[in-house]
Amino acid sequence: MIQMKEVYKKYPNGIMAANGFDVKIQAGEFVYVVGPSGAGKSTFIKMMYREEKPTKGTINVNGIDIAKLKTNRVPYLRRNIGVVFQDFKLLNKLTVFENVAFALEVIEEEPKVIKQKVMEVLDLVGLKHKARMMPDELSGGEQQRVSIARSIVNSPKVVIADEPTGNLDPETSWEIMNLFEEINSRGTTIIMATHNREIVNTIRHRVIAIENGVIVRDEQRGDYGYES
Amino acid sequence: MKARTLLRHFRESFKSLARNGWMTFASVSAVTVTLLLVGVFTALMLNMNKAADDIENDVEMNVYVDLEADQQAVTTLEQEIEQLSGVESIEYSTKEEELSGLIDSFGEEMALFEQNNPLRDKFVVKAVDPRQTERLASQIGTFESTYSVEYGEGKIEQLFSVLEVSRNVGAVLIFGLLFTAMFLISNTIKITIVARKTEIEIMKLVGASNWFVRIPFILEGIWLGIIGSILPIAAVSMIYYNVYEYMQPRLENSFIQILEFSPFIYQINALILLMGVVIGVWGSFMSVRKFLRV
Repeated sequence: MIQMKEVYKKYPNGIMAANGFDVKIQAGEFVYVVGPSGAGKSTFIKMMYREEKPTKGTINVNGIDIAKLKTNRVPYLRRNIGVVFQDFKLLNKLTVFENVAFALEVIEEEPKVIKQKVMEVLDLVGLKHKARMMPDELSGGEQQRVSIARSIVNSPKVVIADEPTGNLDPETSWEIMNLFEEINSRGTTIIMATHNREIVNTIRHRVIAIENGVIVRDEQRGDYGYES
Repeated sequence: MKARTLLRHFRESFKSLARNGWMTFASVSAVTVTLLLVGVFTALMLNMNKAADDIENDVEMNVYVDLEADQQAVTTLEQEIEQLSGVESIEYSTKEEELSGLIDSFGEEMALFEQNNPLRDKFVVKAVDPRQTERLASQIGTFESTYSVEYGEGKIEQLFSVLEVSRNVGAVLIFGLLFTAMFLISNTIKITIVARKTEIEIMKLVGASNWFVRIPFILEGIWLGIIGSILPIAAVSMIYYNVYEYMQPRLENSFIQILEFSPFIYQINALILLMGVVIGVWGSFMSVRKFLRV
């Protein structure tokens, strides 16, 4: 499903954020990516949806080497990958409904289908009744739900989350994690970078630990392994 | 692209003008101010150029015929002049006609000269390109029946160089102004787009193609340009109408003419509108480009 081979990434400032990543993630897996700040977690994740391009190596997503993907094909890659961010990245001038619908408008979906699909995912994340509200009228947890709804609305095979609970209080974090569990149980692969020790140690999944651009640990049902 | 998507882009571009109220106002103001300057200045320069052309086209030379030349020689001289390249017109005037012209201008006492006319027959010659006057004059000077050629020697070279300089200065100023306008406006638009960086970023992250992102911004640039050119068009038209009404009767008998209100005003208005749109589109295009590399 996703396979990195000999992946290196050197930033213009000389920092080696990826020093030979070699990893394989199967369809339907739930993977935590952990490690200290600046270890290369974000680079690891960003290379999967081509926000960053590796300096060397191959990254195979659904049978396509995205390291060699032409720039004008990148949008098509992203349509098959949902992305969730720590800071939600919602458009504050659009309603909840419009924010989610956005991902479908971009692929020129029929308005009828858009409406149906958006309401479906809003129902899934429990925000159907707030579809007409603006993002700043929602709590942080609710905003993250909207962002998750947007990431899954066009039924991607993979959802990538970069510290999705980083800005949320513990209780809300658990709610969000339950949502990811739910999405994963429907067969969607989830790759999540996180600093949340409790979550990783409680909801057990595969753990990939990165330090100084190197994968130092890769365990099925692993634990967080760092002092938080 | 589907028609529905295009419709969406149109709708989006209008919505975003409204949503970014103050930014829209800032961009439109910048467009308005610069187009107003460019419009007024262009109208002024084009009229100055017209005046310079009028002055140049008024340059002619007098070719005086030798007293000894008979009818046959005069005809030969006329043919010789006609055959030179770059001669626009040639007009013959006998010394009797010349004298009656003098009498008309200076009064009856000139009639004394009718007894013994001291004047010469002459040809009034005009060059196609007034700058060729000097060359033609020296060529005509070598013909057998030419007594002398007069064309305001020295003075017209000076006149030409003054006109040349004024034209170049005008062109440079207009280009400079246009460039500044482009820069200023694209910068304003850039600021409004920087404010929407996240929007572009998100569009790209959910898989929008570059054109999908660009088109609404470009349409927005077009609207900004059109809205921004309304006031300059109205102002330039009104100003020029009044200037024309004032100047036209006063210049009626002069060889310098101001450009006709119509079609000039339509041309300059079309130019203002076109510039507004080009500047708007260019500004948007350049500004979005920077953020598309997500």
